[in-house]
Amino acid sequence: MSENNIENDESIVALEKRLGISRRSFMQFCAAMAATMGLPNDAVAAIAKAVATKKRPSVIWLHFQECTGCTESLLRAEHPTLEKLILDVISLDYHETLFAAAGHQAEAARRSAMKANKGKYILVVEGAIPTKDNGIYCKIGGQTAIEMLKECAADAAAVIAIGSCASWGGMPSTPPNPTGSVSAGEILGKVIPNIPGCPPNPYNFLSTVVHFLTFGKLPEVDAIGRPKFAYSRLIHENCERRAHFDAGRFAMEFGDEGHRKGYCLYKLGCKGPETYANCPAILFGDVGNASWPVGTGHPCIGCTEKGVAFTKPIHELAVLKTISPPVGLPRIIEEQGVGVTLGAAVLTAAVAGAAFGAGKKMAENLGKNVKLDEGHDERTPS
Amino acid sequence: MSASHNHPAPAPLGGPLVTPTTKLLAALVAIALVILLVRFIFGIGAVTNINDGYTWGIWVVYDVVIGSAFACGGYSVALLVYIFNKGEYHPMVRPALLASLFGYTLAGVGVIFDLGRYWNFWHIFWPGYAQPNSVMFEVALCISAYIIVMWLEFSPAFLEKFGKQDVKKKLNKLLFFIIALGALLPSMHQSSLGSLLVVFGYQVHPLWQSILLPLFYLMTAITIGFAVVIFEACLSSSGFKRPLEMHLLGKLSKVMLGMLAVYLALRVVDLVLRGAIGSMFSISIEALMFWIEMGLFIAPLVILSKPATRRNPSKLFIAACCLMAAGFILRINSYLVGYETGPGWHYFPSVPEIMVSIGMIALEILGYIVLVRYLPILPGSNNSAIATNK
Repeated sequence: MSENNIENDESIVALEKRLGISRRSFMQFCAAMAATMGLPNDAVAAIAKAVATKKRPSVIWLHFQECTGCTESLLRAEHPTLEKLILDVISLDYHETLFAAAGHQAEAARRSAMKANKGKYILVVEGAIPTKDNGIYCKIGGQTAIEMLKECAADAAAVIAIGSCASWGGMPSTPPNPTGSVSAGEILGKVIPNIPGCPPNPYNFLSTVVHFLTFGKLPEVDAIGRPKFAYSRLIHENCERRAHFDAGRFAMEFGDEGHRKGYCLYKLGCKGPETYANCPAILFGDVGNASWPVGTGHPCIGCTEKGVAFTKPIHELAVLKTISPPVGLPRIIEEQGVGVTLGAAVLTAAVAGAAFGAGKKMAENLGKNVKLDEGHDERTPS
Repeated sequence: MSASHNHPAPAPLGGPLVTPTTKLLAALVAIALVILLVRFIFGIGAVTNINDGYTWGIWVVYDVVIGSAFACGGYSVALLVYIFNKGEYHPMVRPALLASLFGYTLAGVGVIFDLGRYWNFWHIFWPGYAQPNSVMFEVALCISAYIIVMWLEFSPAFLEKFGKQDVKKKLNKLLFFIIALGALLPSMHQSSLGSLLVVFGYQVHPLWQSILLPLFYLMTAITIGFAVVIFEACLSSSGFKRPLEMHLLGKLSKVMLGMLAVYLALRVVDLVLRGAIGSMFSISIEALMFWIEMGLFIAPLVILSKPATRRNPSKLFIAACCLMAAGFILRINSYLVGYETGPGWHYFPSVPEIMVSIGMIALEILGYIVLVRYLPILPGSNNSAIATNK
């Protein structure tokens, strides 16, 4: 089925009426989804067909220790009708932020959705889960986060962690981690698909869901559960400032000449070289060129990467996973030398002592045992 | 020239090459080589403590600046023999030259260890890269040239060994020119090592910063050269059980003493005239090191002042050691202790750095032992000398 044909498909026409969006916008959305996942052109049609016709999957969305930024970023995706589409693509049966219902009514809705779609619903987890003191630091409807997650995950078709908190602990797990927060995967004891980021790019999440919808399975993931289409490349590899890095042109401080000229932000602590994400490729907020942190002149903080974001200081130099800049270039902080170490002092003293001792022994030996050629029969210079 | 004085001709010493001493020296060289391997794989920062404030550590200050001064034996003796025509010292030329050859060659090699971008070393020899106003350029070019000159100067020993008498004859015709260069070049770069400090300006402590530094460096290099000759003669006579040439060493020490006295007088007058004399009474590491340096320079003057002590090999040896130590401390003081580039910078050699320098010394001694056993360098004993002369 070609893209042109599907545009006139009656299911698309129906969707056009239902959502009040143009077919063009809808096809653009489907093309964006396919492009984000790196799927071939004919996948666009499959996606469009699937979105337009398939029964919307039930989604239960849990919030634990988080700031709701993931949900916000999803809802603030700037396509004018995207939120409508999202709500059309999925049947969001439980979402604390978006629910009109409250209290027992909300919990009842969750239980009934779980029962009705047993084994078929998608569980999305947003936020880290506290484990300290039996998880009492996060409770919803009298249940701890641990209990709620385990209950919901038991019958889910798929569990997806959204945001860095649910993916690897995120900000709540920043040392000293007072509530003992961990990721959803750690609670469930398995690697689950996750979309890290703070917030994650909404397209990475939507693409994952649409993939599930279109092909009936989740996209291919790496060893720690991140979809490969989004997290298999370092930010550094696709960064628009990469050429400056290779040429050794760095911004040394905010507002300096290099910064104004858009040089590489590595020396301001950019974590691009150790962070896997597709930010430079798909950008943020749908406002066009340079709309991502490095594009606006701020170093990447490595928000998708465990052990980088919220752990390393923002301006600390990144670990270079691929190549090192030439060592001839100046460092931000030049080491000033360590001075005398115990080992060096001992060794110096030992050498001086050995030299002195050997000299003394030698002098004594010369005084006693060495034959002298006094040159009594010396031929005087002619 | 040697023929007119009827000295015993140089002859190979023979004897075993593998002894506990040579094994120990080889082990020290091996340690240094391992460290240097690390340096060339992981870079200079991986093994040394040098930094942007102290861009030169002991690999330059010891291996090159001090190493080349200790290698001035050949230069000093050549000055005496060829410039002042004191042929009586001729038997000392070859052993002194061998030590110098090692000292300078290793100094040249030592520079490579210390150069961050050692692969650009050849730029020194390429006119397009030359910066003729640079003191460092003068030092680098001059030392490189001197190393080549010394190998030529020393080549008769190889040619004799391998029986290339015709080549030796041809070389002998040119040798006067090479010898003249051999006397000129060290005068240039040994003084330039002092000029390097002059261009550092106020970064060098007033106790050492002086416009006379080139002269001081040259004079101490020559006196150290004599001291090293005495030192080596004592060591080889003791180590190889050979008679000690006291008649020559005693006279040599007198020359050394005269030079030393002039140096000390100039040094003190310079301190007074520059108004730096007060600095030596401050409570500081610089003042302490200054007193150690001066003490070691004055000690040989006192020890060797009486003619009787100049005939005592053990006293002579002690004086030579003091003088070498004094030259060592002078260079350490002016290049490292009295050198300050700004607040916060520190330098003290790291253990691997020191081990590399120890390895270099071990290599020099090892090479000396091997070559005097293998090549005709030390004066033969009188019996064998008669045999070879006739």
